[in-house]
Amino acid sequence: MATAVSEAVPVRTRTRVPLPPKLRAPGWYRAALFEVLGLGFAFGITALIRWLQHIHPIVSGSAVTTVALIVVPLFFIVGIGCCDYWVYWAIGRPTRPEDHSTHGARTWRDYFRVNTDHKVIGIQYTVTSFFFLFVGGLLAMLIRVQLAKPGMQFLTPEQYNGVFSVHATVLIFLFVIPVFAGLANFVLPLMIGAPDMAFPRLNALSYWLLPMGGVLMLMSFLAPGGSFASGWTAYAPLSTTMPLGQMFFTVGVQFAGFSSIFTALNFLVTIITMRAPGMSFFRMPLLVWANFSTSLLVVIATPFIASSQFFVLLDRALGFHFFDAFVGAGKNGNVLMYQHVFWFYSHPAVYIMMLPGFGIISEIIATKSRKPIFGYRMMAFSLLAIVILGFTVWAHHMFVSGMSPWIRIPMMITTAIIAIPTGIKIFSWLATLWRGVLHLDTPMLFALGFLTMFTLGGISGVMLAMIPFDIHVSQTYFIVAHIHYVLFGGSLFTIFAGVYYWFPKMTGRMFDDRLGKLHFWLTFIFFNLTFGPMHLIGIQGMPRRVAEYAEKFAAWNLFISFSAFILGLSTLVFLYNMVVSWRRGPRAAANPWRGMTLEWQVSSPPPVFNFDHVPTVVGGPYEYGVPGAVHGIFKKPEAPPVAAGSSSGVATQERQE
Amino acid sequence: MLQIVVAVVIGSAILIPLTLIVPWFPAKASAQAGRIHTLYDVLLIATVPIFVLVLTVVGYSMWKFRLKPNDTRVDGPPIHGNTRLEVVWTALPAVLIIGLVTYAYTVLRSNEASKPTAMTVNVTERQFAFEFSYPEAGNKVSPTLYLPLGRPVVFKLRSLDVIHSFFVPEFSEKLDAVPGITTTLRVTPTRLGRYPAECTELCGAGHGLMRAPVYVVEPSVFQRWLAALKANAPPPIGTPAPKAVQPGVPGSGKSVASAAAGSSSAGSSSSTSTSAGGAAAAGKAVFTGASGCSGCHTLADAGASGTVGPNLDVRLRTDCSMPASKRIRGATLTRCIHTAIVNPYAYIPNGYTKGVMPSTFGKTLTPSQTQSLVSYLASVAK
Repeated sequence: MATAVSEAVPVRTRTRVPLPPKLRAPGWYRAALFEVLGLGFAFGITALIRWLQHIHPIVSGSAVTTVALIVVPLFFIVGIGCCDYWVYWAIGRPTRPEDHSTHGARTWRDYFRVNTDHKVIGIQYTVTSFFFLFVGGLLAMLIRVQLAKPGMQFLTPEQYNGVFSVHATVLIFLFVIPVFAGLANFVLPLMIGAPDMAFPRLNALSYWLLPMGGVLMLMSFLAPGGSFASGWTAYAPLSTTMPLGQMFFTVGVQFAGFSSIFTALNFLVTIITMRAPGMSFFRMPLLVWANFSTSLLVVIATPFIASSQFFVLLDRALGFHFFDAFVGAGKNGNVLMYQHVFWFYSHPAVYIMMLPGFGIISEIIATKSRKPIFGYRMMAFSLLAIVILGFTVWAHHMFVSGMSPWIRIPMMITTAIIAIPTGIKIFSWLATLWRGVLHLDTPMLFALGFLTMFTLGGISGVMLAMIPFDIHVSQTYFIVAHIHYVLFGGSLFTIFAGVYYWFPKMTGRMFDDRLGKLHFWLTFIFFNLTFGPMHLIGIQGMPRRVAEYAEKFAAWNLFISFSAFILGLSTLVFLYNMVVSWRRGPRAAANPWRGMTLEWQVSSPPPVFNFDHVPTVVGGPYEYGVPGAVHGIFKKPEAPPVAAGSSSGVATQERQE
Repeated sequence: MLQIVVAVVIGSAILIPLTLIVPWFPAKASAQAGRIHTLYDVLLIATVPIFVLVLTVVGYSMWKFRLKPNDTRVDGPPIHGNTRLEVVWTALPAVLIIGLVTYAYTVLRSNEASKPTAMTVNVTERQFAFEFSYPEAGNKVSPTLYLPLGRPVVFKLRSLDVIHSFFVPEFSEKLDAVPGITTTLRVTPTRLGRYPAECTELCGAGHGLMRAPVYVVEPSVFQRWLAALKANAPPPIGTPAPKAVQPGVPGSGKSVASAAAGSSSAGSSSSTSTSAGGAAAAGKAVFTGASGCSGCHTLADAGASGTVGPNLDVRLRTDCSMPASKRIRGATLTRCIHTAIVNPYAYIPNGYTKGVMPSTFGKTLTPSQTQSLVSYLASVAK
């Protein structure tokens, strides 16, 4: 008996040999370990299924890769520590609901860990997105090298298709959509007087899902057969018959999509439930309204692109024939269905990429013109009108798709009607400028650049709504021009404006305004020289997405490539300004722009829990020029005002100097 | 305020004529194109003033209201809105849009009105070639599109693999060819000339090369061309017709008769050479027909002169005799050709890239089709 016990004891202790602490604690070591486990899981499950099904060979590289694309990022997410609290709760281990050990950043290393502070997540989001902006921009440079002269010289057609597909995908899903989520993550809770987002742990998860999507899309260049090359639209059945690289898009989009959905849910709940006392809906800054509208769009629309890509995944990986028109009698797939489902997300996505920018511009134009926003309520209502109308226009991307011709007519009408709420916003901004005191610094220049360039993009949009003209120019460079006027001249200008505007608040440092202005003028001029001529060559008939084009477009393409290279270089001015100013810029005051909204009433950068005293909102957010008006007051139980700039009373005094 | 109105009027008066004289469109070669060009002019006239207005207000504000050195102003006047102004800038664009939409609708109706005299042309597309057939003439097939001047045409578009598109910029009309359904496009050519038909929907690696020539000719010339078109020995897909012998095209010197004679003599010579064997004849039919090989490859025996892929007259034997090719694709010529068809990326001939040739022939061709194609190519390869 005794010997038996003494034998059993060492066995039990050996099974309990603990992992090294570095591999048990959430972090990069555990994440690396979990990635290996995920790869092993993908290997094992495919081998098991293929063995059970008598498929030979049992190990298939493409099957393992397809499963690994889904599994490994999820294992990484668990490994890095996004789910520890939920796992502990689910298995009955003790949890600490008020655990703030992962909240706030003390050193730069904290930005590379799972963090629940909305300000840290906002910066993580923004910096990650800008990394992908530079990647996407580099790919654009490759495109312009290829197109500088007719006659293939630089990339093969297959590589070219891959490069422009990744360019569009990275910039849409990894830059424009998440960078707005990043800026709003930082600013929005501060603006509504909340200590954080409603679900901080979910917020961290949504951030970490994002680089998963981005890494997958960039890794597709390593796949056999090259990266995905069916455009960011991935129309079936081209996408379902593509080499393995296509799966990197199909799965990568799911990660970016879930990231978007979780963030949007978080914004909705935060805006609805966590506003400071007195912050009624019609006292919210327009940026909050804009993100409320955007989040509605994201929550309703994003599942549609998820489903469209699941269809492609099942078609390509498992032979489901959703989009295979030639399966056989009675079992035919429906090719056009892909486009309907895809555009039911991807048209609202255009507004997902634009409405937050509208919010940023409203903040900047009011503050920098020193005037209240003209027609505040109409500005809010027009956002909601765009949300509703945005869901009724998707098939205007399909005027030449061969769908039932009658669908085009209602889609033309609704598309043209969207110009009305958009026009209201443009005219209201113009009226806000009128008789104001314009501070023409970098954020304001980008805001004004946005106003003019987005108007051009909107005008070409109304032209595209007109079916007969759309039939002529769709799938040509006119479309390329239009989308870049809307997404570059529109969204990217608002992003630059917003980054410059909140840079002091986010970093506690001021940027170099002269470099900022240089950046603006270079961007503004060479943006127009790059994308303006595309309208002309598009109407003349140059198709988009071609690695090779007719000789008669050679001169314009050389000119466009030349302009594009300078446009690309101009972003280096921005990068230099941001990096140097963040490290060595002069300290920023709490409220350098004399803004009225709540984020300017706390220190720069804000305290870890945002507000030492819960603010009470007593008026509108843009009461510039109204004597004595304040947006929020900070109840101070006993002590007198603490620090300069951290109370609204000081802000009011400054304004009345 | 008055300055703004004056500036917008003057600015529009300058900018509208400037935008109108820009040669935006290619030549106007169809009735539809004429109406679309007019629609575009109307759109420019309607929208340029809006852009000028925005530009003027922004520019004027930057000049007039900017913070100047020694400025004593702190804030602007607290104007929160003006209901009358807001109603105006909601209602005016609405009226403008209703007008434009109504006009665009009438243009669409006229452009797509069915005409009793219309001629149907089938357009069949595949990676990466067009094929046109004429039901009026017993479905005779041609790789180039000939259309009679002034006669309405109904194109019936089909695709054999992925989504393609059919776009002739000079006609201002385009439509996708969707696998599984037939789509319909109406055009009335109104100008003689040679135009490009392009695929504008991304369809794979060879997308940028997927083009076909379109000739609009006098009706009499068209009838003679159609009559001369061989019914059972169709010219291969993608063969660009020689420039000098384009009948009826302004600037081309030669007569139709010589072109017709040329094409029929080509047909007869090829038919004599294919009588070598039954399998080879079947293989030639596969080469010139449904598989679309001739869209991309040159092969004198089949009358094919495509330039996307390797020239089979020159390259087939030499490439198959390369040591690397013998190792990968098999030592014999027939093994090599078979591998090159069903698994084209196993060995990429020098100077070409993978991804251009469809890799699906192993599935789309029946084994007997593949076999006859292989024996045909082996028999004619020089």
